[in-house]
Amino acid sequence: MVFLILLLLVPLAACTARTARRVEAETVAEVIENKGSDTLVNLALAWAERYMEEHPEVRISVTGGGSGTGIAALINGTVDIANASRAMKEEEIEAANANGIMPVEFIVARDAIAVVVHPSNPVDRLTMQQISDIYTGKIVNWSQVGGEDRPIVLLSRESNSGTYLYFLEHVIRLGDPNSELLFSPETLLMPSSEGISAEIRQNPNAIGYDGLGYVTPDQKVVAVARDPSSPYVLPSVETVNDGSYPISRPLYMYTAGEPQGEVKRYIEWILSEGQAIVPELGFVPLK
Amino acid sequence: MEQMRRPRLGEFVIESLVKVAGLSSIGFVVLIFFFLLREGVPVFFEVELTNLFSTRWYPTFGLFGTLPLILGSALVTLSAIAIALPLGVVTAVFVREVAPHWAREILKPMIEVLAGIPSVVLGFFGMTLLAPVVRRMLGMPTGLTALTGALILAYMSLPTIISVAEDALDAVPKSYRDAGLALGATQWQTIWRVVVPAARSGIVTAVMLGMGRAIGETMAVMMVTGNAARMPLTLDSLFRPVRTMTATIAAEMGEVAEGSVHYHALFGIGIILFVITFILNLTAAATIFKKRRRGGLR
Repeated sequence: MVFLILLLLVPLAACTARTARRVEAETVAEVIENKGSDTLVNLALAWAERYMEEHPEVRISVTGGGSGTGIAALINGTVDIANASRAMKEEEIEAANANGIMPVEFIVARDAIAVVVHPSNPVDRLTMQQISDIYTGKIVNWSQVGGEDRPIVLLSRESNSGTYLYFLEHVIRLGDPNSELLFSPETLLMPSSEGISAEIRQNPNAIGYDGLGYVTPDQKVVAVARDPSSPYVLPSVETVNDGSYPISRPLYMYTAGEPQGEVKRYIEWILSEGQAIVPELGFVPLK
Repeated sequence: MEQMRRPRLGEFVIESLVKVAGLSSIGFVVLIFFFLLREGVPVFFEVELTNLFSTRWYPTFGLFGTLPLILGSALVTLSAIAIALPLGVVTAVFVREVAPHWAREILKPMIEVLAGIPSVVLGFFGMTLLAPVVRRMLGMPTGLTALTGALILAYMSLPTIISVAEDALDAVPKSYRDAGLALGATQWQTIWRVVVPAARSGIVTAVMLGMGRAIGETMAVMMVTGNAARMPLTLDSLFRPVRTMTATIAAEMGEVAEGSVHYHALFGIGIILFVITFILNLTAAATIFKKRRRGGLR
C-alpha cells in the first residue's frame, strides 16, 4: 500500500516541478539555463559573468554536474544550453528526438589533456604507446621508460568524468574503436582534480592526467609524442591549435533546436568576442 | 465548561502531533527501504549474477563486479574496528573506572567533541597529512591505502565505541566491584576479571554500532583510500588502495542516467549496504535484548 502511494507520488512531484519551471521560463524571457560538464564549468561561468556585465537585462545561471547530467537536462527540456566535454551519443540524440527536441552542436573551445608527474621525476617525455602501456598495467616501473627504479602509481579521474572517457578512448585505446583495453584495476580513481594534484605534489611515484586548465605550476607536465618517430610536444595554445599536441579535444555546447533570441545572441558572442577569455582559464581558443 | 474543554483540545492536538512525529520516522524508514528496492532490484534481473559477483567493476563498460567493492568495504571496516576496539574499550575503562572525578569531567565532553568533527575535515586531514606519512613509513608506492582509511575510520568510530562501552561499564552493579575487592582482588584484577566480563554484551553492542558507523562512512573514505577497484586478496592488500561500496555510490551517482543499468547497479549496492548495516544493528539490539531477559545487568 505504502509502495503504491510512493509510486503515485514520485511522478506527480516530477510533473509539477517541470510545469513550474516552464511557466517561470515563459514569464521571465531573459533567463538562460546553462548546465553540464565540470571541465567546462569555470569557462562557462566566466563567459556568463562577462556577458551579463555587457547585457544586464540577461540572467544566465551556470551549473556543473558533468556532461551526462547536462545532456540529460537538455533531453528533459529543463535547460537552454548543455555543456559537454564529449559529443552527444547516438542514443542520447534519439532520446532527445523522442521528446521533440533536436539538439544543435557548437564547438566552443578546445581542451588539452596534460600528463603530469612529480617535479622530481626525471621522466619528461613519453610516447602515446608508453602512456597506454603504463595505464593498462603493462609498464609498472619508471625504469622501463627511462626513469628511476620506482613503482608507478596510476591516478585517474572518476569514471563519471568526461575526461576519463576521453583519455580511455584516445590514449589508452589509442583511438582504436575495436580495442577492448581498460584502465588497470590498480588505478586510483580520484574524486576531484584537487585529489590528483595533491597526490602528484607529494608522491614521486605518481602519474596523472587532467585538463590543462587544472594543472598547477607545482606539477611537472610531460611532453608527448604520437609515435616514437614524431617530435615530443608540450601542451600549449599553439601546439593544440596546430594539431601537433596529440591529446586534445573539442568542448561542446548543445542547444535545444536552432537557438533563438537571447540564446542565439549568447552563442554567437561566445564564438566571437567570448573567445578572448578562453586562454585565461587554461583552455585553447578556436582558430 | 468552556475553560475545561480548551486545554483538553490543546492536549489532544499536541498528543496527536507527537504521535504523528513518532510514527512518521518509522514510515520514512519503510518508504526509503521500498524506494531502495524499487530502484535497486532491477539490476539483479538486468545483469547476470555471474557478472554481478565477478571481480571487475567497470560500470561504463557493462562490467558490474561488486566483489572488489564488498571486500574493500569489509577490509577497511574490519581493520578500523581492530584498531578502534582495544583503544575504545581501554579508554572507556579508564574514563569509568580509573580516572579521578575531575579528569572524567574533562574527558567525557572532549570525546563528544571528537564525534562532532565533520568527516570531510578528517578526509582532508588524511589526504594531505596522514597519506604522505603512511607512504614514507611503510615504503609503499602510495599513501592512499586501506590502512589510511582504516585509521581515519577508527578515529571516527572511537566516540561511539567509547560512550556505549562506558554506559555498559556504568551498568555493572556496584556490588560486583565490592565483591571483587572483598575477595582480595586488586583494583586491576577486579576491572579485568569482573567488571569488563560482566559488561561484555554491552561492549559487543558498542563494537556493532561502531562498525555500523564505519561501514556507512563515505566522504573521508573516498578521499583517502585511493578508490582502486582491485580485489584485496593478497597479503599486502591492507597497504594497497581499495574501493568501498559507499565511495562508489557517492562518486558515480552524480552522472549516471536515471533508470540506466548503472543507476540500478548503484542502488543495488545500496541494498547490499542496507542489509549489512541492518544485520549489524539487529545483532547489537539482540545482545541488549538478551541481556535484559537474563535480568542480569541493568
